[in-house]
Amino acid sequence: MALLEIAGMSLSFGGIEVLRDLDFAVEEGSITSLIGPNGAGKTSVFNCLTGFYRPRTGQITLAGGRIDRLAPHRVTRLGLARTFQNLRLFRELTAAENVMAGRHCRTGAGALDAVLGTRRHRREEAAIAEAAQRWLGFVGIPDAAERVAGSLPYGHQRRVEWARALATEPRLLLLDEPAAGLNASEKEELIALMRRIRDELGITILLIEHDMGLVMQVSEHIGVLDHGRKIAEGTPDKVQNDPLVIEAYLGRDEDEASEAA
Amino acid sequence: MPLQEILLQQLANGLILGSFYALVALGYSMVYGVIKLLNFAHGDLYMVGAFAGFGCLSLFSGWLGAGWAGIVPSILLSMVAVGLLGVVIDRIAYRPLREAPKLSVLITALAVSMVLENTVLAFTGGQFTAFSTDLGFAGIDLGLVHVTYTQMVLVGTSIVLMVVLELFVSRTRYGRAMRAIAIDPDACRLMGIDVNRTIALTFFIGSALAAASGVLAGVYYGSINFFMGFLIGLKAFTAAVIGGIGNIPGAMLGGLLLGLLEAFGTQIPGIGGQWKDVFVFAFLILFLVFRPTGILGKPEVERM
Repeated sequence: MALLEIAGMSLSFGGIEVLRDLDFAVEEGSITSLIGPNGAGKTSVFNCLTGFYRPRTGQITLAGGRIDRLAPHRVTRLGLARTFQNLRLFRELTAAENVMAGRHCRTGAGALDAVLGTRRHRREEAAIAEAAQRWLGFVGIPDAAERVAGSLPYGHQRRVEWARALATEPRLLLLDEPAAGLNASEKEELIALMRRIRDELGITILLIEHDMGLVMQVSEHIGVLDHGRKIAEGTPDKVQNDPLVIEAYLGRDEDEASEAA
Repeated sequence: MPLQEILLQQLANGLILGSFYALVALGYSMVYGVIKLLNFAHGDLYMVGAFAGFGCLSLFSGWLGAGWAGIVPSILLSMVAVGLLGVVIDRIAYRPLREAPKLSVLITALAVSMVLENTVLAFTGGQFTAFSTDLGFAGIDLGLVHVTYTQMVLVGTSIVLMVVLELFVSRTRYGRAMRAIAIDPDACRLMGIDVNRTIALTFFIGSALAAASGVLAGVYYGSINFFMGFLIGLKAFTAAVIGGIGNIPGAMLGGLLLGLLEAFGTQIPGIGGQWKDVFVFAFLILFLVFRPTGILGKPEVERM
């Protein structure tokens, strides 16, 4: 069954069509990728899904409920989380506090509880701190908790962002170019981590990625965007050999085309 | 008067004045810390708070008396009422301008300040209103200085409120959300944080603290008027800058420091009472020139 369904989605900015009549679905429990040349509209799709852009037409449903008219924080509460291509950590807070911020939407002690320091609030804060530590452990950086996020090495900052996204308890995790800036061994770790998230936590993953090797290796299903339209979709094998896909990449950039091949 | 007595007396005066400044500066600093807005209407919320407290006390005094039994509920009610007023102001004046240039919001804040002042002016006719209480001058003698119980309660209340606020911001999920919003509101939305609601909460708390300070000042000085918020707004701003704006312990420190500076400043030959504001604002200028991030503020780091 499809966890996420995009139907007939169009998006335009000042008369320029960024996305055109897009249909796409992400199966529950899958690792799915969205690829395409630069400027194809991939990040715009993410921004529509998370509620930051409002599509002109079309519908987005998550687990059967429409999310395309909801404010971003409501979408998150329904189980959608994302990471950013350029990290968006709370750099001045500690790694643990970053992840704890991710628990905000899953906790509910009122402001009055917090002011009065009631038992309910103290117990919840303890649970939040424990969960943060657990998520940092899950992504492999348990010792980073008390460090200020902005002072961590780049690879660890990425992991903090993942832990923060996981802490919101998503059903669907959107990853925006997770391999950007990683070396070969870090990419292997990334693939292993994505598989653990899917297999151990049962979280569905949708990623945007330029690294074709990684995409082909990890994805079960791939959608290809070009100029805001979907030009192909299917298994890695099928997409790789699709003449339209090859043309889209060849027509624009020699380097990316050779990566795709 | 012997010098020692003067110094002790000014120390007491300075601490009391400083705790008023600190409470107002806290709200100033908190709102600035979260949405980078210098809320010029903040001092007027202090003034409205004083009037709200006065109104409550007039209602309660027949029943609870005008001692602490009547004052405490008046403070609490005034805090809630002015807190809600702060939320309403944010909703109708500032929230529609969230994406607008900072200057537009700043000008709006000045407008809100004038609306509040002139509304109260219209209702009170600009008269000084006597804020009479039954609090006497009973107290204890600390060496040469007589400290009244009222003074102790004022300073004590301020300190308790400041400590509670600091714990709230550093230890709770709401405080964490506030700090996170200050850094990246959009990322907060993706954490499921309701940004507008958290900002409203910030306004509520900041305004409530200003109101508490306003009522306490009314109780202490015995009279209130529509213009009382203007100068303290500026001084709270000065206190926030001295301490490091956006920084809660900084606002407390700045407030207390400013109160002491002002109290001792009046004793320096040639400065005296008339020049105390000049003295205080000269410090603002010095800080803005030589240490714009304040005592506890961290220097802004340019992002790459």
